[in-house]
Amino acid sequence: MSDPSYPEDLLYHPEHDWARIDGDEAIFGITWFAQDSLGEVVFFEAPKLGTTVAKDTAYTEVESVKAVSDVISPLSGEIVAVNEALADSPEAINEDPYGEGWLVRVKLSDPAEQESLLDAAGYEATLS
Amino acid sequence: MSFTTPALRHSPLDARHRAAGAKLIDFAGWQMPVQYEGIKAEHLAARRDAAVFDVSHMGEIETRGPGTQAFLQHLLTNDLRRLPEGGAQYSLACNEAGGVLDDLFSYRLAECRVLTVTNAANHERDLDWFRRQAQAFDVDVVDRRDDFAMLAVQGPRARDLVTGLSDGSLPTRMHCCQRTVDGVPMLVCGTGYTGEPGVELLLDPGHAPAVWDAIVAAGATPAGLGARDTLRLEVGYHLYGNDLSEDRGPIEAGLGWCCADATGFIGAAAVARVRADGPAQRLVAFAMTGPGIARQGNPVHGGGVVTSGTFSPCLERGIGMAYVPADRATPGTEMEIDVRGRARAAVVAKKPLYTKES
Repeated sequence: MSDPSYPEDLLYHPEHDWARIDGDEAIFGITWFAQDSLGEVVFFEAPKLGTTVAKDTAYTEVESVKAVSDVISPLSGEIVAVNEALADSPEAINEDPYGEGWLVRVKLSDPAEQESLLDAAGYEATLS
Repeated sequence: MSFTTPALRHSPLDARHRAAGAKLIDFAGWQMPVQYEGIKAEHLAARRDAAVFDVSHMGEIETRGPGTQAFLQHLLTNDLRRLPEGGAQYSLACNEAGGVLDDLFSYRLAECRVLTVTNAANHERDLDWFRRQAQAFDVDVVDRRDDFAMLAVQGPRARDLVTGLSDGSLPTRMHCCQRTVDGVPMLVCGTGYTGEPGVELLLDPGHAPAVWDAIVAAGATPAGLGARDTLRLEVGYHLYGNDLSEDRGPIEAGLGWCCADATGFIGAAAVARVRADGPAQRLVAFAMTGPGIARQGNPVHGGGVVTSGTFSPCLERGIGMAYVPADRATPGTEMEIDVRGRARAAVVAKKPLYTKES
């Protein structure tokens, strides 16, 4: 597994999720801390395209050998793409949580919500 | 209102686990390692090479005195006449109603001296049960939990590895003997919870760190309770608190083979009745046939409940155990399990789910 990292170009939700803002869309995933706490991810079933997600509520699950965990949406919107490669290689969530391990791409319904998210330093401060 | 939580117990190997970067969890009142590098790698080390597990949370009760045989024959479900000196035996303790109080390994150290290993969560209740029942027998029941650390060395290379540190040959499967391993006298037992060859070592806690170091230096991979659980499920071993409880009996759990009803053990009449009439439900092993991983507590459609569920590193799919209606317990029977609101497909499978050839 990789070393702890919290890239500075991402925004973070205290429930251990990140968002990479791209205009009026964003890519979501789980943080290094989240994947490390879960252990080896062995199953991820992507949500359906077009699903509406609401900030601070669970929109999908990731499952490790030992346990299943809800994934919280950092922002609100509609899912416009999912990472289909994770069906065959869910371990990418462990190996590259901010890259190959991305989960969904969302068209944001209220981009102003991102004001409430944390920057990397702010998120890291919640972990200690 | 305030509740006080009893202090967590720590293994004598606690510092070793922390130094190795283990993730520690609270388990039955103990702080124990759930994994070091990762459950899958530790699991595969036990299947393909050798792994060492700290299972010092397990409890020990020693029974000694002239009434040992009669007492344990009364308390334990298996036939103690089939436990020779230097032998090991799996058994249950049942209540009068035939509900399972614990599942236990007993080692006969001498004719009138038996060491019984308890599950951590049940140790105090077991001890109380042993002592209460012992009043009618000429025996001493001694709590030996604090006298032993317990290490399990498991895997195809485990016995060779321990032999290299030992002053003599190791006991065969289901036997035990005193040996000196890495210079430390201990009880070496040909038992385990992984389905692999290997030994379990019961030794003085003060010497456990040095012995652990020697076993790791000889090439065993440290493995945590996470891998211990996936390994035991692949071979269909029961876990008390999941697959066994006071509300379930030995017959429905598939453990009639270790109940010698004729000995008249506590609960024997109830067990014999269920054996004759047939249980309403039976514990089965299952494998998921599609996506999803069933977990403990998931309902089985048509009746029944999952008692253990995990991901199998060897079979690379969800596996587990469930109580299902007796007429749906035959291997090959299709199951549908409610996994957090989604119907997931599984099939009743023959135990063990994993064999070397699979």
